[in-house]
Amino acid sequence: MKPFLAFVKKELFHILRDRRTLLILFGLPVIQIILFGFAITNEIRDAQIVVLDRANDQTSQEVIQRLTSSGYFKINQHVQTQTEMEAAFRRGDIKMGIVFPPLLNDARMHGGKAQIQIIADASDPNTANTLTAYASAIIRSYQLEKNTAPLPMTIQVENRMTYNPEMRGVYMFVPGVITLILMLVSAMLTSITIAREKETGTMEILLVSPLNPPLIIVGKVIPYMALSFINTLTILWLAKFVFGMPFNGSLSLLLVICLLYIFTALALGILISTKVKTMQAAMMISATGLMMPTVLLSGFIFPIESMPLPLQMVANLLPAKWFNIVIKDIMIKGVGLAFIWKYVIILAGMTIVLLTISIRNFKSRLA
Amino acid sequence: MRTIQLLLQKEFLQIIRNKAMLPIIFVMPIMQTMILAFAANYEINNLRLHIVDRDRSAFSRQLTQQLDASERFVVVYYDNAAHLAAQHMQADETDMTIEIPVGFEKDLVSLQNTQVYLGANAINSVKAGVGMNYAASIIADYNTNIRLRSMPIVPAVQTGFLEIAPTEWFNPSRSYKNFFVPGILAVLITVIGSMLASLNIVRERELGTIEQLNVTPIHRYQFIIGKLIPFWIIGLFDLALGLGFAKLVFGLPTAGNMLALFSFAGLFLLAILGFGLFLSTFSETQQQAMFISWFFMLVFLLMGGVFTPIESMPQWAQVLTWLNPVSYMVQVLRLVLLKGSGFTDLWPFFFKMTGFVIALNAFAMLNYRKTT
Repeated sequence: MKPFLAFVKKELFHILRDRRTLLILFGLPVIQIILFGFAITNEIRDAQIVVLDRANDQTSQEVIQRLTSSGYFKINQHVQTQTEMEAAFRRGDIKMGIVFPPLLNDARMHGGKAQIQIIADASDPNTANTLTAYASAIIRSYQLEKNTAPLPMTIQVENRMTYNPEMRGVYMFVPGVITLILMLVSAMLTSITIAREKETGTMEILLVSPLNPPLIIVGKVIPYMALSFINTLTILWLAKFVFGMPFNGSLSLLLVICLLYIFTALALGILISTKVKTMQAAMMISATGLMMPTVLLSGFIFPIESMPLPLQMVANLLPAKWFNIVIKDIMIKGVGLAFIWKYVIILAGMTIVLLTISIRNFKSRLA
Repeated sequence: MRTIQLLLQKEFLQIIRNKAMLPIIFVMPIMQTMILAFAANYEINNLRLHIVDRDRSAFSRQLTQQLDASERFVVVYYDNAAHLAAQHMQADETDMTIEIPVGFEKDLVSLQNTQVYLGANAINSVKAGVGMNYAASIIADYNTNIRLRSMPIVPAVQTGFLEIAPTEWFNPSRSYKNFFVPGILAVLITVIGSMLASLNIVRERELGTIEQLNVTPIHRYQFIIGKLIPFWIIGLFDLALGLGFAKLVFGLPTAGNMLALFSFAGLFLLAILGFGLFLSTFSETQQQAMFISWFFMLVFLLMGGVFTPIESMPQWAQVLTWLNPVSYMVQVLRLVLLKGSGFTDLWPFFFKMTGFVIALNAFAMLNYRKTT
């Protein structure tokens, strides 16, 4: 036990001596969560629109006024012809065009019909959908105001948003960013450190020491586990006090799950390091092989249930997906272990499998 | 000139020999485009509904059928058990609850007015919002239908004088791949330009081989040019590879001027390589270089308008994206590929990017010390 403790101490000194890396380790995740928590949102605000107003009378002015005061739309420019409108779309990020026909007021006064054209940029189909829905709703409500008689047989729809009444994006993005940062920091760090020992040749020296190989790995990983856990506490603190994320469930349960997830990530890092010879390769694999899949397939940005089946299966293999579900369940829904035990077992199973494979690999490589 | 040629030869040899680099250069673009193109989908279908029908009338059943017939919704529970609605949602068995109150049909006929209650799990606010939109429009259609059935002639005064004609441009197939693939290609060449290039330089420093170069008659600028040109070539090559692949496999449109696109990409890569060089001056070890470039990559990626719209960000974050070269590259790719833009439309982008090239490279040169 004593040599082992001495070894852990040595590793810890190694890390603490490298001030720059420490700063990066603690500073970057904090900056990231603050940046992303505030900046990443899917809510639509100030979509740029181009207006082609052939009527240019009171009615069209009133409609434009309604659109801009809603906060959803911002007028980028007024154009005179259809051709100019197309050109405006080609020059920049215009999300919608709106065309008013001539003589709107006449139609309004004399019971005629007039057609307002809404042109959405369908490059991003959902945004196009949503914007068209917003604009139509605004125009319809304007119309109802101008109407004299109420419509017969009306079904009114009342909405209630459960768990997130203010429809805040942070409920999705903060847990997502926590999932991403913990995974990347833990996995990258361990894979790089162990790969460095190999590349510089110091691993052989460690191997002839009285410690057996699994203990060497454990000793190397313990300090990083502590670091990642401190990172977790910082991030959760920020989530609560900066972003007002709810903590409806048990905090101790949440911390245990975070620790388990850190374990999983570290095990993944060890596995990567047993597979590579150089630091560069370790970094590349952790950065490209982990970053993209974690961003895309953890359900943090894109809903997993809309993906094709093969990708859903791949997502099932990612610890990030399960952790992301659990953390949202505990924080927002406030459920206990009875609800999430399945996910916990999955995460624990993944950790054990990863560790077993990497310890085996490790022995066979340097025996 | 000859010195640079020899340096280029050395760099290319090193890249080709490096077993870890080759797959990254050739396989990564294709893998990422593939995975992303299939994963990136905001299309929301098969929302799971719990319909609480307390009216059990002909009208309420018709409405239920309309909802069930839509591909947007799957009715997983249809009952009278309002008290179970919250539990189903908590257990993640349902996404939305629709409650049709007692007297729905009677009120509609006699009072001309009735209500339907929608509840959605809004943890994912986008999904909830889109789901509500769908449900509301199905209910509104149903509403129009019964209105027409019961009173075929509604006076025009009551329906209003404005009609809305929605049209969609630039992506008739409504494919999400067309929207996200250009974004991911931009990210890809950014990774190559900044991350790989800065790691490559820091590696020479960490291994001490930079000392050996220092005692040769090679000038500082020759060393840097020799380091950066290979990545400039690889970046453009990968963009072409990704584009060609996406065109062949998903039929990605290429509406605009490709020469304009590649000229802009070349300019962008110069800026990003300058940035990579700048990053390399801050790190002594590859580990540090990796973390710093990883940090910037994530910022560029998540705040570059690749996944979420820039104009939705708070004002201060939007100002930050003006300083993010990747956001311009993403825009130009989308404009050229989907909207058919050409040189004349894009000159402001070229102008700004030239500014980035000059500024970033000047910073990098000032910071760069050939001596370690």
